[in-house]
Amino acid sequence: MEAFARLYADLDETTSTRDKLAALVRYFASAPADDAAWAVYFLAGGRPRQPVPPKLLRSVAIDVAGLPEWLFDECHLAVGDFAETLAHVLPPPVSRTDAGLAQWMTERVLPLRGMPSAALAVRLRAYWQELDWQGRFLFGKLCSGGFRVGVSRLLVTRALAQMAQLDRKLVTERLVGYTVTEHVPTADDFRALLAPASGDERSGGRPYPFFLAQTLTAPVETLGDAGAWLVEWKWDGIRAQLVRRKGVTHVWSRGEDLVTERFPELRTVGDALPAGTVLDGEIVAVRGDDVASFATLATRIGRKRVSSRLTAESPVAFVAYDLLESGGEDLRARPLAERRERLAALVADVGHSPLRLSPLVHAATWREYATLRDESRTRGVEGFVLKRADAPYGVGRTGNAWWKWKIDPMSVDAVLVYAQRGHGRRASLYTDYTFAVWDARGGEPALLPFAKAYSGLTDDETVEVDRIVRRTTREKFGPVRSVAPTLVFEIAFEGIQRSSRHKAGVAVRFPRILRWRRDKPVAEADTLETLQALLR
Amino acid sequence: MELVVRRPEGLYCPPGDFFIDPWRPVERAVITHAHGDHARPGNGHYLASEASRAVLAARLPGIRLDTLAYGERVVHGGVGLSLHPAGHVLGSAQVRIEHQGIVWVVSGDYKLAPDPTCAPFEPLRCTTFVTESTFGLPVYRWPDPARVVGDIASWWRRNAEANRTSVLYGYAFGKAQRIACELAAADALGIGPLACHGAMLALCAAYRAAGVPVPEIQHASELARDTLRRALVLAPPSAAGTPWLRRFGDASDAFASGWMQIRGARRRRALDRGFPLSDHADWPALNAAIEATGATRVVVTHGQVVPMVRWLAERGFDADAFATEFADEGEPEASPATDVDAA
Repeated sequence: MEAFARLYADLDETTSTRDKLAALVRYFASAPADDAAWAVYFLAGGRPRQPVPPKLLRSVAIDVAGLPEWLFDECHLAVGDFAETLAHVLPPPVSRTDAGLAQWMTERVLPLRGMPSAALAVRLRAYWQELDWQGRFLFGKLCSGGFRVGVSRLLVTRALAQMAQLDRKLVTERLVGYTVTEHVPTADDFRALLAPASGDERSGGRPYPFFLAQTLTAPVETLGDAGAWLVEWKWDGIRAQLVRRKGVTHVWSRGEDLVTERFPELRTVGDALPAGTVLDGEIVAVRGDDVASFATLATRIGRKRVSSRLTAESPVAFVAYDLLESGGEDLRARPLAERRERLAALVADVGHSPLRLSPLVHAATWREYATLRDESRTRGVEGFVLKRADAPYGVGRTGNAWWKWKIDPMSVDAVLVYAQRGHGRRASLYTDYTFAVWDARGGEPALLPFAKAYSGLTDDETVEVDRIVRRTTREKFGPVRSVAPTLVFEIAFEGIQRSSRHKAGVAVRFPRILRWRRDKPVAEADTLETLQALLR
Repeated sequence: MELVVRRPEGLYCPPGDFFIDPWRPVERAVITHAHGDHARPGNGHYLASEASRAVLAARLPGIRLDTLAYGERVVHGGVGLSLHPAGHVLGSAQVRIEHQGIVWVVSGDYKLAPDPTCAPFEPLRCTTFVTESTFGLPVYRWPDPARVVGDIASWWRRNAEANRTSVLYGYAFGKAQRIACELAAADALGIGPLACHGAMLALCAAYRAAGVPVPEIQHASELARDTLRRALVLAPPSAAGTPWLRRFGDASDAFASGWMQIRGARRRRALDRGFPLSDHADWPALNAAIEATGATRVVVTHGQVVPMVRWLAERGFDADAFATEFADEGEPEASPATDVDAA
């Protein structure tokens, strides 16, 4: 674990991409393959199921540290990270261990899952005694299941590609599915990542790397002739690939999680497809022929076990918009127009109801498209996706062939009424805010909270708001402070729905801070009526 | 009897009729140390340790200053007053007040760890101890300063080998001189030239005038470009993000401060490195210092006030707090920008 801890420290201690890449290459080149296999898993975003319940981890740590509970909580608030708090407060180690990352994972961490709490506590105490600060910090991360470090999956891919002198796209493909929760990576897995390129790379149920649309910020006219583009609605669901190979169906979400079990309807779709077929599309909730709101789909997302009642109440469909593989042949280099044509024919052939074709929207000019785009909200979509008709299917968020042309978000001017301390980089700064609008229903206008948001300010603004929060605090409730209303922000959101669970009677989707309205007095912030007018 | 109370102007000793580190101008001010939040301009008379004379004169020119040697006792209005080393920075003192058999000690800021630039903290027995609590949480446990200095030296060496300037932030008064002396003691000055921001030069001179052998430090603006590539440049935290830094090009930056014990504090500043080297007592040292006074009553002045008071009360102390205007509420953001608190 020490070598991995050193890698973690190296990555953590620099903000330079070049240095991070060098540290990764150094580690992958020197670490035993089984350790490196786990390192790739974690660095590329893999998260095993939480081996130790956080409550238990906390209570054993409090006991070992000999602290009162409230003081441990104060520490956690000051640090903002649970595993780091553990590392700080536990007494110094008494011995050390040579066990590598793989041994730690397979022999120590993973077996903790499901262990009776008394036995677990004994193990935790023993392990902590063998770990220094950095080791404990990582062990804490591994135990609580969460693990984040300042490297992207892309950077890990680059490091592996550079080391093995492989094409980056090939490594990207090999990494697909690597970070699935259930995967227990082995030395062979790591060697397979680095193996020389062979002709037969497409085995098993692996999807292709997703091609992602970029947000269009320039005027749409800059894309040139509208006739060169295929235009589709931007569905508000889960991006996914349906893979049918060798008699088996796999459904992969964009996060490259295997979600087949969660959507049995889609397995039946896959089973109806010819061998060697890969579809790209969106999983959406449906009501009859219509697409239902994301909120309906959300009831399906968290469920691992799906009852037939749930599938009846909240059915889903796969809205296909691309055909990536047909008859075992990779079509990605073909122009989109050709892929679409073959897709349409395939969907018509299959004739299976949960499989739908994402329709093309036809208009002659961008101006006409802009008018059509205004229907987005009533259709329950987020705008258009624009795809160049002659373009191949790319990798990641690259090139300029696919664009998201989203409808402008809704926004209101709201007043900051509560602030809470942030986590990680923002620990001990007040960065999470609750916003309110004026509500005059009871006569005297009062501020009614309706949304929480924590992103959208620059670092400098965050620090400034933090100071004002401290100066204008009215009451403290644990990590939360209520403040005197002095700050007005423009809050944007993607959607708004009636909600009986929220005091304001509405719930907004993806609220975020658009800008600080220093120019606006608190009394002139928006009202509940303004919010309700957006409901429709 | 209350030998120290809080008044709007600052901490006040009624029988002795003087203030300690007042935040508003008063007639008589006893100063624990020369950091800006403790030694403010505008008082009629100042009394401080002899060791702090040079730095006080540099920071507050023209004040009417009397000094006492550490341990030297004066009697004023029936109150015995003496100053004792606090180990925080050059000249820092605890104020010991004795009246009718009762002893109060006001700690100012202090640390127990060794520091080549100032006299070591002297444990004093008292009935009431008025203490700081800047790092009064169990997460603050300093590593051995010698190891931290070793880490600073290896970071500097690696940068110098890569032809990259090392910019190390630390408070202009106290931290910068301590780092320079510690690096000299660790035999690390051969790595490259030691340079600093102009704001620090006068204080380094004051240290030397007070007899502290601060090694030679050059004005960073006067170094040739290629020499700078191998240099360690000491800079006040307030220099971060200013045009002054541009001359160093592709530099590696770091901050030497107790706050750097917490990863989030370093990552928020987007620094390459954070070195937990502090001029304040950490959690074990605060507790050890408090225990060693034998005091039954403890009053906390600044830093992590609420948790420290509760912690002490649960351990049987008669504990409460003075609301002071000394820098920081225990929040990293407050101190570096103002450059007053030598965290």
